[in-house]
Amino acid sequence: MRAATLLEARDLVRRYVMRRGLLGRSVPVTAVAGLSLTLHRGRTLGLVGESGCGKSTTGRMVLGLEMPDAGSVAFEGRPMPPPGTAAWRALRARMQMVFQDPLGALDRRMTVAAQVAEPLDIHGVGGAAERADRVEALLRNVGLRPDQGARYPHELSGGQRQRVVLARALATSPAMLVCDEPISALDVSIQAQVMNLLVELQAEHGMALLFISHDLRAVRQVSERVAVMYLGTIVEEGEPDALLRDARHPYTQALVSAIPHPGRSDGRIVLQGDPPNPAARPSGCPFHPRCPVAVARCAQEAPVLRDHPGGRRVACHLADPAAFAEAA
Amino acid sequence: MTLVAIRGLSVAFDGIPALREVDLDVPRGGAVGMVGESGCGKSVTWLAALGLLPGRATVTGSVALDGQELLGAQGATLDRVRGGRVAMIFQDPASSLNPVHRLGTQVAEALRLHRGMVGTAARAEAKRLFDQVGIPDAARRLDAYPHELSGGQNQRVMIAMALAGQPELLVADEPTTALDVTIQAQILDLLNRLRRETGMALVLISHDLGVVSETCEEVAVMYAGRIVEQAPAEALFANPSHPYTRGLLAALPPLDGPRQKLAAIPGGVPEPWAMPRGCAFAPRCARRTPACEVAVPSHARIAERHSVACVLAEARELVAA
Amino acid sequence: MLRFLASRLARALLTIAMVVTFAFVVLRLSGDPALLIMSVDAPPEAIAAFRAAWGLDEPLWMQYVKYFGAIVQGDLGRSMRDGRDAIVLVTERIPATLALTLPALAIKIGIGIPAGIYAALHRNSLTDRLVMTLAVMGFTVPSFVLGLLLVLVFAVQLGWLPSGGDGTWRHAILPVVTLGIGGAAVLARFTRSAMLEVLGQPYIRTASAKGVPWRAVVRGHALPNAAIPTVTIIGFMVGSLIAGAVVVESVFSWPGVGRLLVVAVSNRDLAVVQCILLLVAATMVASNLIVDLLYGALDPRLRQARAGGAG
Repeated sequence: MRAATLLEARDLVRRYVMRRGLLGRSVPVTAVAGLSLTLHRGRTLGLVGESGCGKSTTGRMVLGLEMPDAGSVAFEGRPMPPPGTAAWRALRARMQMVFQDPLGALDRRMTVAAQVAEPLDIHGVGGAAERADRVEALLRNVGLRPDQGARYPHELSGGQRQRVVLARALATSPAMLVCDEPISALDVSIQAQVMNLLVELQAEHGMALLFISHDLRAVRQVSERVAVMYLGTIVEEGEPDALLRDARHPYTQALVSAIPHPGRSDGRIVLQGDPPNPAARPSGCPFHPRCPVAVARCAQEAPVLRDHPGGRRVACHLADPAAFAEAA
Repeated sequence: MTLVAIRGLSVAFDGIPALREVDLDVPRGGAVGMVGESGCGKSVTWLAALGLLPGRATVTGSVALDGQELLGAQGATLDRVRGGRVAMIFQDPASSLNPVHRLGTQVAEALRLHRGMVGTAARAEAKRLFDQVGIPDAARRLDAYPHELSGGQNQRVMIAMALAGQPELLVADEPTTALDVTIQAQILDLLNRLRRETGMALVLISHDLGVVSETCEEVAVMYAGRIVEQAPAEALFANPSHPYTRGLLAALPPLDGPRQKLAAIPGGVPEPWAMPRGCAFAPRCARRTPACEVAVPSHARIAERHSVACVLAEARELVAA
Repeated sequence: MLRFLASRLARALLTIAMVVTFAFVVLRLSGDPALLIMSVDAPPEAIAAFRAAWGLDEPLWMQYVKYFGAIVQGDLGRSMRDGRDAIVLVTERIPATLALTLPALAIKIGIGIPAGIYAALHRNSLTDRLVMTLAVMGFTVPSFVLGLLLVLVFAVQLGWLPSGGDGTWRHAILPVVTLGIGGAAVLARFTRSAMLEVLGQPYIRTASAKGVPWRAVVRGHALPNAAIPTVTIIGFMVGSLIAGAVVVESVFSWPGVGRLLVVAVSNRDLAVVQCILLLVAATMVASNLIVDLLYGALDPRLRQARAGGAG
């Protein structure tokens, strides 16, 4: 059963000009270098990668908070309107974002209930009594007691704050939620609570999720599909279990083997070198300087993301779809 | 063969207890993991042991290094121990290095303090250490500043600085938490290699059970200022016995098998000023009994080197005896 | 580096030009120098002659253009009061002002920085609270109040020191102390908070953890970092060496640049006022530049950013 497409991003490119210091030289940075992804209604796409891979920038472009320098984003079949226009503002209620740091995302001087009510006020939903009921329902929905609505953010724990952020994001019944590292600032036992909550809320409200994380384990837990990013491009995409079991891109293989796991003692692939620097993109395949199996061709020619059997897509010269088809 | 013996170590900040009655042994050349969530006292244990807590902390108990008491020791004694016999590295390598001093200078300072090396000898040794921890282009990096290196490279510099005093124990406090996944693998790999090469003991403090299990022989799980379970790594993961340890393991998303709801531990860690009277974990515990709220459970030995602070384990021990 | 200096210099010149323009407009719109200097009951012909002699009968914009043109050529004009070159009038007052501000600067640095460091190292101790209470008093009490208070105690009540005027070094003591206390208070508070910020940084813990004795941690690791923000305040103080004593000079009738400024403003003696403002702006700008260069010397992170700018 294929779910309907909600959002389609095509060949997104985003470049920045980074200045080093106050009077420093400007350095062009390509944060996202030709990236396509599709979000289906009610489904979750996990976006995995290390710092500087462009996953947060991708999230902002998908939300229309940032305009791509090239490529296009279509939401419900229509192109994303330019930021600031009336059409763009109307879309804000349909797509919401959740960040890593819930305390930074909340206003310290407002009660929790007032912040959850804010999107309802902005988008003019219902009357006062109706809104109060809705806020109470939302708080219960994310596992908070309605009386906790009278508290201020600093009076809550990190996990509770992230619940508040989720309640606020859900206030306008969005069709899409972009979660940028929503659990990485939380303790392990609280991470599990928030992951469970996300899955429950999605089952109940049916919104699509873009789950951005550096943690493959968490991504597997909540996503139907996962895309692995490296230096602004997707290097591999597929169903999470298949990807964990049989990673085809050498970078995915390294990421999978780097997952710390209680009781595991088999050898792991330790990549050499520093994490990639988007201000100094290598030629050819962006991963080739750290790749343990790179050949001469990898330094010259950038591999394209090709379809592999089983709904997999891989961007690697050495991962031959035909070879896998034969092996399978 | 015990290198460091901690007994009854307690810490309070402005009168509010943060660490209660911690007992821990680090064997010479061994690797001990300390696991727990933020505020559980895993870092405070070692900052207290080395006298690195601010003045408002009251520390009681005993920390003996080879029989020498460290708590209340003279400043000069502690300065010889710190960096000389016990070195420590921290979570955020970029801010743990002094931004205005060159990396080589910072390593050379440790070499001067603990090995009396100065000038070209110190520089040569600093370069050797940089090579040993895998910093590329070591000679040039000696003259660099922390902001010119990546987080992973800075953590290597921290490790080189720690090795400078040829310590018998390295305490690594969340050494990979601020780093990317692939860099985390590099640093853990490096720590393992250095242990083999130098024979130093390692204490690895982490919130990540996985990180600790791969690196350490012995693991102590902490909750709300106490050690709640302690066991050899395999035993702990094969037979987790404290409900909190089980909860932590169950809260970790699995890598295979059907996807189901995670068994999250409900609620949150109690605030230090509002600790429950009995077992601190009782309010979140699915197997709570009335006895849990009466008194703090003592450590029960359920197997060789495996102890648990839980009334259920105490009961089992009684039955066995 | 060169590009950095050039851009700083351009900004400095722009600042000075704006100061000059602003002073011209304010002084010309707020009173007629002819009436002020010649007195109101002077014969109309004399006033007209005075106006013609100083170019005051021309349209305002013309006066401005001429005035600005002269400054660019290095001609700062003459005093309308006694016809001497403004630059001469001003420069002969500089030594008197420096005789107050230089010793005061020494007091500020000599007392303020050690007090701030001590207070930070003994945070919340009795000494810390005492130092900070004094510091708050030191900079909340305006300098003319403090000056008058000192006069009351040491000149009027005790009769130990003269209450004003100049001549001997004893005349300088009260104004120097008045200037020094306020600045020392500011510097003490600033140094304390800079030190506290630095002492809380992880690299201080790292230094202790590698066995560096506490005194050496403070000297070698904390002070170099705390110096970076403190230098800004000292730079500002150096910048106000010439103009920072206006109030105190008036209170103690000290014949320095500040008092000259007060007199010149009340006379609308434009050339003299402008000359002083130019001097003040130039010293401020120069000290700012020095602060920026010092930043680079103290903080390698900035040094690199600038090296990038030159390439």
